[in-house]
Parts: sequence; C-alpha cells; structure tokens
Amino acid sequence: MSYLADVATLARKDLRLELRARDTLPAMLLFVVSTLVVFHFALPAGADEVAAQGLLWVALLFTALLGLARAWAPERESGALEGLVLAPCDRSAIWLGKAAAVFAFLAAVELVALPAFALFFGSVDAATIAGVALASVGICAVGTLLAAMAAASRTRELVLPLLFLPLAIPLVVGGVGASISPDSGRYLAFLALYDAIFSILCWASFEYVVSE
Amino acid sequence: MLAAVAAALMGLAIVFAFFVAPEDADQGISQRIFYFHVPIALTAYAAFGWGAFKGLLLLWRKEERYDLESYVAIHQGTIFGSLTLLTGSIWAKASWGHWWLWSENQLVLFLVLFLFYSAYFMLRFSIEEGPRRANISAVYALFGVVLIPVSFLAIRLAENIIHPTVFTRDGPQMSGIMFLTFCIAWVAMSVLAYALYRLELLGKRLDSNLRELREALS
Repeated sequence: MSYLADVATLARKDLRLELRARDTLPAMLLFVVSTLVVFHFALPAGADEVAAQGLLWVALLFTALLGLARAWAPERESGALEGLVLAPCDRSAIWLGKAAAVFAFLAAVELVALPAFALFFGSVDAATIAGVALASVGICAVGTLLAAMAAASRTRELVLPLLFLPLAIPLVVGGVGASISPDSGRYLAFLALYDAIFSILCWASFEYVVSE
Repeated sequence: MLAAVAAALMGLAIVFAFFVAPEDADQGISQRIFYFHVPIALTAYAAFGWGAFKGLLLLWRKEERYDLESYVAIHQGTIFGSLTLLTGSIWAKASWGHWWLWSENQLVLFLVLFLFYSAYFMLRFSIEEGPRRANISAVYALFGVVLIPVSFLAIRLAENIIHPTVFTRDGPQMSGIMFLTFCIAWVAMSVLAYALYRLELLGKRLDSNLRELREALS
C-alpha cells in the first residue's frame, strides 16, 4: 500500500507544480488546436473523413511529445532527481508517478482535442475514444521512460522524438485501425497488449535509467 | 583465423548461390538474391538479439565490458539491417518493378528498426561516458528486442500479406539443393558478422585502453 501512496504523492507533486506554474498544459492545449487547424488547410478539399482520422493521431502524438519533453524539466532544473532517487521509496514509483501525471495532462488535452476534432472534421465514434484511451496509456508509459533517458543526454528535447516515434508506430497502427476498421476489436486488443508489454518493461527498467 | 573462415564460407556461398543452385522457375536470376537477403536479415536480428542479451547481462552483473559488447553488436546489427533494406529494395525492384513497397512487411519492419537503432546512436553519443550511459544504452537495447515482435504484429495488422512466404508450417518449400545453398549462405553470413564483431570489439578495446594509458601518462 505504501508503494501506491508514494506514487500518488509523486503524481500529486507534479499536478500541483503544474497548477501553480501553468507551464505545460496550456501549451499542449493550444498546440493541439493549432495543429488541427493546420490540418484543415493541409488536407485537400476532396479528402475524405478517413484521411482526417489519421491526422487525429498525428496531432495527439506530437502534442504528447510536447508534454513529454517538459516532463522531467522541473526535476532537472532544480536538480531534484538525485534527491528522488535517494528517497526511501521504490524507484519505479518515480516513473509511475510521473507517468500518471503525464497521463492526466494528456487526458485533459484529449478532452479538448476530441470534441474539437469532431467539430472540425466529423464524428468521433466509441471505438476511436477507446483507442485514444488505450494508446494514451502506452504513450505515457513509454514516453516518460524515454524522456528520462533524453533528460540524461546533452541534446534533451532534440533526441526525444527520435527515440519516441519508432516506438509509437505500433500505437498509431492500433489507433488508426480502431478508428477506421470495421473489426476494431482486434486493434483495441493489440493496443492493450502493447500497453501491458511496455508498461511492464518500463516499470522494471526505470531503476537503471536513473541510477548509476 | 575467424576472418579466413568467414571469407572461405562466403566464397562457397557465392559459388553455390550462382552456380550450383538451380534457377527459380518463376523469378529467374533475381531469385538468387534470396540467398543473401534472407541470411543478412536473420543475421541482423541475431545481432540485435545479441546486443540486447549483453545489455541484460550488463544490468544484471554490472560488468563494464558488456557495455562495449552490446554497443558493437548493435552497430553490426545496424550495418546488416541497412544491407537488408538495400538487398530487399533491389529484389523488390527486380520482382515487382518498384524500389519500395509498403506491402513488404519485412522491409517495413527493417525500416522501423533502422530508425529505432539510429536513435540508439544519437542517444548514446549525447550522454557522457560512464555507468549511466551504459545503463541507458542497455535498457534501450532491451526495448529493441521487444519492439521487433510488437512492430511485426503491428505491420501485419496494418497491411495484407503478399510477401512470398518461404517457410511455412509444412517446412521449407525449396528443393534440397536450394535449401543447402540457403543454409551455407546463412552460416557464412553469421560467421562474417561474428568476425566483424570480434574485430570491431578488438579495435574499440584497444582504443579505450590507449585512451586510459594516455590519461594516466598526462
């Protein structure tokens, strides 16, 4: 139980920081809406709704990247990561807490992005919403770990998309498949499989990313 | 010694692939690239797997030497992976008239892996040398071997399959001599990769020893 309490404390810390500073979430919200507007002008007039479904995923992925690039910034800027690593809690709790906070940001963005998408481009069905929810778990799990890796490097924000996009390709396949395929259950199951595999892998390996 | 064996086996594989194996009835001469393309691809997988295995050993036993071994294996895997893309692209051009086909699942998978492992080098060389870099590289290498089956599944879900499936559950659909040629080429490619791996490892170790020596002297 104390493990979950640690996770909750760490996640709450990130949410409180965001509430006070308001750095990341407004930027993500503005970015996702701007991207959708750009897509309206990038899509040719005759393009069908199916093409727009793919663009929703591009918008969500890049917005998530924007948030992930800032995920470890507070720790890095104040040198707090060493303190967290030395704290008497399981190190994977640091990852889980951060992933939960990023998930909260991403969910807030999606609450705006999906209605905006429906308004601009057409309907959003239940399978798409389920796909977005499942893919968000994978994005946050993998993205938080990769962001921690990127934070240790000199190039930081530059290297994160390079690490993240190849790993996100299966999520896009599952998400787009769930949106446009009549057999969306298969794609949702694939997304759930991805979430399970990579969450376990990230949970087990985070300790090595932050410690020496 | 290892290099000589690799060279001899490669020579044998080339002789078999071009002169001994019979011409394929459907595809003609272009089918012969199969004897190189598939062994190169399998070797690339093996090298990525080997790199991840060394990464796992590093995380487990905390011995520094595994870091270099893991890195060199992934370096070789990336080289063989690029060769897979190249030979696959040539084969696609000869067979279907296009240099790139998204319906080619294996090629798409290698493109994803190529992007993934290129990022490995970007990440590795932007972190300062030390145990932190070794750990992060090892974790990333482990992600790679998990990504291979997951991506493969994703690509299969995304596309319909028109890649000629040679191995099925009924066993290889090749005549005996073709299968023998394939096996020789496979062994030759694996030995070549291992010889290159040893060679690069030797060079890199020499390099780091020299650097340590220079630092000790100055």
